[in-house]
Amino acid sequence: MTPQTEQDLSDLIKDARDPLSIRGGGTRSYAHVAGDTVDMRAMSGITLYEPGAMTIVAKAGTPLSEINTALAAENQRLAFEPMDHRALLGTSGEPTIGGVVAANISGPRRISVGACRDFLLGVRFVDGAGNIVKNGGRVMKNVTGYDLVKLMAGAYGTLGVLTEVSLKVLPNVAQTGCVLIHGLDDAQAVVAMSAALGSPFEVTGAAHFPQNMDGDPVTMIRIEGFDASVQYRADRLRDLLKPYGEVTVKIGDADGLLESWDRVRDVHAFAGQPGDIWRISVKPSDAAGLVAKLGAKAVQYDWGGGLIWALTDGGDMRARIGEVKGHATLIRGTAAPVFHPEPAPVAAISAALRAKFDPRNILNTGLMG
Amino acid sequence: MQMPAPDASVLSRKDQIVSRLQGVLPANAVISDIAETRAYECDALTAYRCPPLCAVLPANTAEVAAVMKICHDMGVPVVPRGSGTSLAGGALPTADCVILGVAKMNAVIETNYPDRYITVQTGRTNLSVTGAVEADGFFYAPDPSSQLACAIAGNIAMNSGGAHCLKYGVTTNNLLGVTMVMMDGSVVEIGGAHMDAGGLDLLGVICGSEGQLGVVTEATLRILPKPEGARPVLMGYDSNEVAGQVVTDIIKAGVLPVAIEFMDRPCIEATEAFAKAGYPMCEALLIVEVEGSDAEIDAQLALIMEIAAKHNPVELREAKSADEAARIWLGRKSAFGAMGQINDYMCLDGTIPVSQLPYVLRRIGEMSKEYGLGVGNVFHAGDGNMHPLILFDANKPGDLELCEAFGADILKLCVEVGGCLTGEHGVGIEKRDLMHVQYDPADLEAQMAVKDVFDPKWLLNAAKVFPLDASENRRMAGGR
Repeated sequence: MTPQTEQDLSDLIKDARDPLSIRGGGTRSYAHVAGDTVDMRAMSGITLYEPGAMTIVAKAGTPLSEINTALAAENQRLAFEPMDHRALLGTSGEPTIGGVVAANISGPRRISVGACRDFLLGVRFVDGAGNIVKNGGRVMKNVTGYDLVKLMAGAYGTLGVLTEVSLKVLPNVAQTGCVLIHGLDDAQAVVAMSAALGSPFEVTGAAHFPQNMDGDPVTMIRIEGFDASVQYRADRLRDLLKPYGEVTVKIGDADGLLESWDRVRDVHAFAGQPGDIWRISVKPSDAAGLVAKLGAKAVQYDWGGGLIWALTDGGDMRARIGEVKGHATLIRGTAAPVFHPEPAPVAAISAALRAKFDPRNILNTGLMG
Repeated sequence: MQMPAPDASVLSRKDQIVSRLQGVLPANAVISDIAETRAYECDALTAYRCPPLCAVLPANTAEVAAVMKICHDMGVPVVPRGSGTSLAGGALPTADCVILGVAKMNAVIETNYPDRYITVQTGRTNLSVTGAVEADGFFYAPDPSSQLACAIAGNIAMNSGGAHCLKYGVTTNNLLGVTMVMMDGSVVEIGGAHMDAGGLDLLGVICGSEGQLGVVTEATLRILPKPEGARPVLMGYDSNEVAGQVVTDIIKAGVLPVAIEFMDRPCIEATEAFAKAGYPMCEALLIVEVEGSDAEIDAQLALIMEIAAKHNPVELREAKSADEAARIWLGRKSAFGAMGQINDYMCLDGTIPVSQLPYVLRRIGEMSKEYGLGVGNVFHAGDGNMHPLILFDANKPGDLELCEAFGADILKLCVEVGGCLTGEHGVGIEKRDLMHVQYDPADLEAQMAVKDVFDPKWLLNAAKVFPLDASENRRMAGGR
């Protein structure tokens, strides 16, 4: 089914007798569930873009690439750096902005500027009863009524099908720099990344690979801004991080620097490798200890250690790590529920919200619980 | 301003209710004497007052839970209260309610610099959160004007902003987790020291829910390393249009200042008379602040000054020292006080798309003449959050009503041009009856459905946010 308008979608949901599987670009295979496919790609197009107000509004089915192109023409960008899942999951298709928002997809810059949900200013959606609902708007500060905008970001279409989103955008950066620390073990790397992120030098990415492509550990600290500023902060960070290990600095796109951050974002290291893929959010200082218990084939740290990507042999990894203050999502694999089971009182609230917004339980049924 | 009639059955059980509350709290934490409850009769929206049935001041989550359970069991409405600085009437009592004040709960529970968070009890004031970490080089970013007094509990309830949110975001962007007591007395933990939700983003909808979903007793907040330095520039222009264009050009040039503040002529005149900050007399004044090392600030300011100079400023002044920076901010920071010296005023809080700034200011000027009431505009120009201050005389019969009608027209204008009723103060009672202007019935239904889940009996701060006619069936069904 391919709704052309919000009203089409509303009619379609009202008339539905069976579960519906909501689909944008179809690039995130872990979020696919059984049901009649509702293909959102016909509801596409940028409806408003005001560079001077740093806001863009687009229909949910708009390809992400179309949005990126429009923003680039005005020297702006989606600052939360949404990842592209295609290489990692071996999928094809074009990611859509609705899919990005529905899954609250954010990249390495989340650690400094915030997640997709932090840039989301407004939504329009059709709930499980077919009601057309709007919330928020297109202005940067808005506390008018409850913030359903945040609730819809990361709800994976289970509360309603997004039809239009409005986002805050930011200026593009003139220059990128990277401070690399070589040879740290995981625990040392997290400590070094915390030192960088706790400095005033506005770090916009902090990732660690226990095994770089050449087999050695490397820790990557990113800074962005105007030329002189990036050079200055890179120098200060080099001095700050020297006590932790051997430090090198790269400015500009030397040695494919920008592409290397794309690879962090898209978890390229695991592409094509067999095994289950987990995405784990914890506080950074818990990260290395948790990874020690994982028994993973490979890991990658992002967000200064707050985000762990793990490639495992299968089975429910959650059982091995025990009680964790955070959450683990199964991005590829079949051995466990995709989403981390919530504590009973929280699960009860989530279930009750789903029952209110989707009383017949037909939207991406069973995906989140 | 209409409020629902108090529940006679609750009023008649006052002694019984107070006695049950005294059973779970220390003697001095239950305030039921009529003279003493007057201290809680209003918040910073002082035009509306109503003493509560009683007030309680619990000291921790367990005591809050005990109070909530009693109120839930006995069908007593609860109105949570932070420091009572709401400009929207968010903490206005009803005669049949228990005011639950968090003022005693101001402890720091944990400070963690490697992971960059602080966990506090929510009665702690905004500024004292920064106070707890600034010696170690960190700060808590949201900075509402009332930050010396306002509590984190209220900041979370209203999703408070401040002058520096252009760069750092508002409360919701800096809140990692909460401990919350539900209306039935159960306690839930949402979020924590980690990032983002593993399931539905409940934290996102709790923040900004105006104390209607639960009482947040503890909060884990993101703290940030303090920048090396910050410096403002001041620029004056002959027209609002030109000043608006300067804001747009700065943003489009790829600079992201931490703050862009705007004042119009009536506001400049009032603050000059009051604070003598040495502002130029002109139609529109901008204060733009950037952060970084000295050299970084110089570079950014050079770019900003170049843009500013292209638009024929009547004045362009760069702060060369901390003292000069303080003088530039002096007038802006005294603006509300200055307007208060002239008259009583009502402070509005609508947000508009930045591109609509000149049109909206022109329309406000026209309406000011039609209503015969003066208005000054202070404005977070980078994010479109306006603060028109309408001057009126509280002692003149009918003037408050006239002022409210003018205010409502301004807020309708904000919505009409693509903005919203409130950018950072919240709906409360003040904008409650205007919600229809921004939202259709289905939009309000979806929001109220969330309250149904958290507070099925609609006991918690129920007469706020939603127009009374929209929420009537739900409040009645819950016995309210």
